[in-house]
Amino acid sequence: MAHHKGPLGEFYMRDRQRHPPALAQDYKTSVSRSPRFAALSLDQTVSEITGPTFGHGDIAAIDNDLIKNFAQDGDPIGERIVLHGRVLDENARPVPNTLVEIWQANAGGRYRHKKDMYLAPIDPNFGGCGRTMTDENGYYFFRTIKPGAYPWRNWVNNWRPAHIHMSVFGTSFTQRLITQLYFEGDPLIPKCPIVQSLPDQDAVDQLIAALDLNASLPLDSLAYKFDVVLRGRRSTLFENRLEGN
Amino acid sequence: MTQSLSYLRETPSQTAGPYVHIGLAPGAAGFQIYDQELGTDIAGPTAKGERIRVTGRVLDGTGTPVRDVLLETWQANADGIYAHPEDPRFDAVEDGFRGWGRIISDFDTGEWAFETIKPGACAGRNGAMQAPHISFWIVARGINLGLTTRMYFSDVDNSKDPVINMVEHDVRRDTLIAKRSIENGTVVYHFDIVLQGENETVFFDI
Ligand SMILES: [Fe+3]
Repeated sequence: MAHHKGPLGEFYMRDRQRHPPALAQDYKTSVSRSPRFAALSLDQTVSEITGPTFGHGDIAAIDNDLIKNFAQDGDPIGERIVLHGRVLDENARPVPNTLVEIWQANAGGRYRHKKDMYLAPIDPNFGGCGRTMTDENGYYFFRTIKPGAYPWRNWVNNWRPAHIHMSVFGTSFTQRLITQLYFEGDPLIPKCPIVQSLPDQDAVDQLIAALDLNASLPLDSLAYKFDVVLRGRRSTLFENRLEGN
Repeated sequence: MTQSLSYLRETPSQTAGPYVHIGLAPGAAGFQIYDQELGTDIAGPTAKGERIRVTGRVLDGTGTPVRDVLLETWQANADGIYAHPEDPRFDAVEDGFRGWGRIISDFDTGEWAFETIKPGACAGRNGAMQAPHISFWIVARGINLGLTTRMYFSDVDNSKDPVINMVEHDVRRDTLIAKRSIENGTVVYHFDIVLQGENETVFFDI
């Protein structure tokens, strides 16, 4: 499909009930950053059903190994984990050759960022970002350190559950997605106003990576499995061309 | 009961947060890790067309610039062709043209800028031509699902564009149009994006 010439069908309507609303009162920053007018529904055109493509020339092989990709004189401190899963669409088809990028705090909950002033120390051997391409079956994996919880200014004593931020492209501008994954069993998940901006428990559950002992590496790393679902697209059973000529 | 349709459901979005730069533009976060950061060269060195600079700010509901915003842009080349195999004219895209950009704001002023070429018109639904435009995707702390909009050009006749004409409130159409000027010999388009309130930008559900 990646080399199909000419327009295919459009992508399924995004289910807005699956996502947090723009305005989530308990996530304070959203109050002034949420549009008040309704978004205008746009029939997809070639501008929407296309999107950037990436190749292995864009990234380096080590980019998916957060234990080694910023190591200076040793490995980072913390719990070694493998994060793996598949990128699928709503038709349960794999999304191959798509770019997946992640970023996260270190084991102490500190980000390597100019603007992060949390008192937990920077880890000299941990950068906190990685990227990879899914393979032909939509499969990806990273090796990293389990991030720590960290405090943030929202209410006076809010703590983010351990999480990894993830960005995924898919094949079109309509599929672009950034999300966060959480870890099975974390007691902070139900306390977090950002998590609680999600519409229901089923949506929350979809963001919780499962402990995956089968994929863990004995005497080395635990594993967590996290599948990502991007928008699916219509089969062209009947003519439904986006361009009329 | 019926059979299950067995579609999967889209993974829910979560905010990109204040530290999105670590993952998507680590140089700006303050460290060098990758051989190359992505989205910094939109058109490539040999692209046809008019070289332009686009500048602007993203403003919140109080009129304050959002200083931790990240934008992605997607555009056709000067002939209106997208560098994607589903564009019927894909083979005619010049080498080095990707049409995708990743732009971050200045942490102090909230201003952002990028360089590219002005895209050409391309066909829309039912063959109606769309005026030249650049698609934007906007993420930041406090934005729970990336916002999508389009930027059009003030020096082009946009009066027949099917998307602009779909905006019911005429007064809001100008929020989609970047203003052209010449600064020190460079063609500059200015495009502020207003997240909320007076002159709120038209966002699209695509
Ligand atoms: Fe975070």
